[in-house]
Amino acid sequence: MESNIYDLIIVGLGPAGLTAGIYASRYRLKTLIIGKINGGLMTEAHKICNFPTEEDITGIELTKKMEKNAKNQGAEIINKEVVDIVEREDGLFKVISSDNTDFISRSLILAYGTVHRHLGLPNEERLLGRGISYCATCDGMLFKNKTVAVIGGSDSALTSALYLKDIANKVYLIYRGEKLRGEPVWIENINQSKNIEVLFNSQVTELIGENKLEKIKISNGTQLNIDGLFVEIGTEPISYDFIKNLKIDTDEKGYIKVNQAQQTSKIGIWAAGDLTTGSNNFRQIITACAEGAIAAESVFKYLKAK
Amino acid sequence: MSKVINVNNNDFEKEVLQSDLPVLVDFWAPWCAPCLMMAPTLDELSILMDGKLKVVKVNIEEEENQDLALEYDIQSIPNMKLFKGGKVIGEFIGLRPLGMIKSEIEEIINK
Repeated sequence: MESNIYDLIIVGLGPAGLTAGIYASRYRLKTLIIGKINGGLMTEAHKICNFPTEEDITGIELTKKMEKNAKNQGAEIINKEVVDIVEREDGLFKVISSDNTDFISRSLILAYGTVHRHLGLPNEERLLGRGISYCATCDGMLFKNKTVAVIGGSDSALTSALYLKDIANKVYLIYRGEKLRGEPVWIENINQSKNIEVLFNSQVTELIGENKLEKIKISNGTQLNIDGLFVEIGTEPISYDFIKNLKIDTDEKGYIKVNQAQQTSKIGIWAAGDLTTGSNNFRQIITACAEGAIAAESVFKYLKAK
Repeated sequence: MSKVINVNNNDFEKEVLQSDLPVLVDFWAPWCAPCLMMAPTLDELSILMDGKLKVVKVNIEEEENQDLALEYDIQSIPNMKLFKGGKVIGEFIGLRPLGMIKSEIEEIINK
């Protein structure tokens, strides 16, 4: 008999995973939360104003609060990247991390979130970290008094531009649409910023630079000399092989289908947060938390009935 | 116990450029979540490769270290550069697991 079997393993350490961990620990389930970065993509937000208890907090600070709560309630947290999940013959799940460690559990909540969408242009991978970044809060400070550009028109693009305007001399906001589509508060702030120039109906078509990014070409043919380019064109789910192998249904874009109880098509596996089709596809910190709570309660009921 | 030491603009020359052992320099900052997650991995690496590799950290939020960030063209963090004989012989950008960075470094050092 194996001694170290978890009642629940939560894959992912963002707001969905941490909240699920808080609830599950209070249900007295033996819970492991495993993931790469505590807080996940939430850590990249430099200013969060719409989480009800927080008027103005950074993603890293909000992460610390959730992490502390999860640990204090009894959840175990391990920082490893999960690369595979298999169902054993006895119905238990084996979660395998990138360093080949196995963790065994009676149930799972998948909450590993989404990843930044890339532009898909030549030179993008080569210039990553050499002028191209997907995280303004991580790398913005390295472009003090320089010229940068942000691509995108959603909240994360707008907040990135607003963060960068106080560091860089000049910020171009490049958006393919005619009108920015984020929160009106952010749009007002953008319009009031003297050193942000919004380029509408524009797409980046070429990334130019040898050892680092020097220029970009945009769809109307103009070239802009820039030092840094921040890509904020949304996120997408990761297509792990285990999703197919475990016969977990996804929609056409790869988001995991869940019902109101956050249950996936596979018995014993739930999902929560940005990677699901839940919460009307809103994908906010608070909806991720809510999905995590619902998933943990569903797991509790399932294990109790077993 | 971790063997990682903090280095700044004043002792960079002595601790990194003049080191007999190869040195892995982690350019990091407290505002960068992936950097914070990389820290325990580097602690472990410093123990595992003790005697073969020195691991040091440079906090680029410190005013005095910003010249180093400029000199080594740091544009994304975590950025880990491998030095030998005062020269950069390898570079690793972004969070990565222990096994991966260890084998990447060994491959370069043992070349």
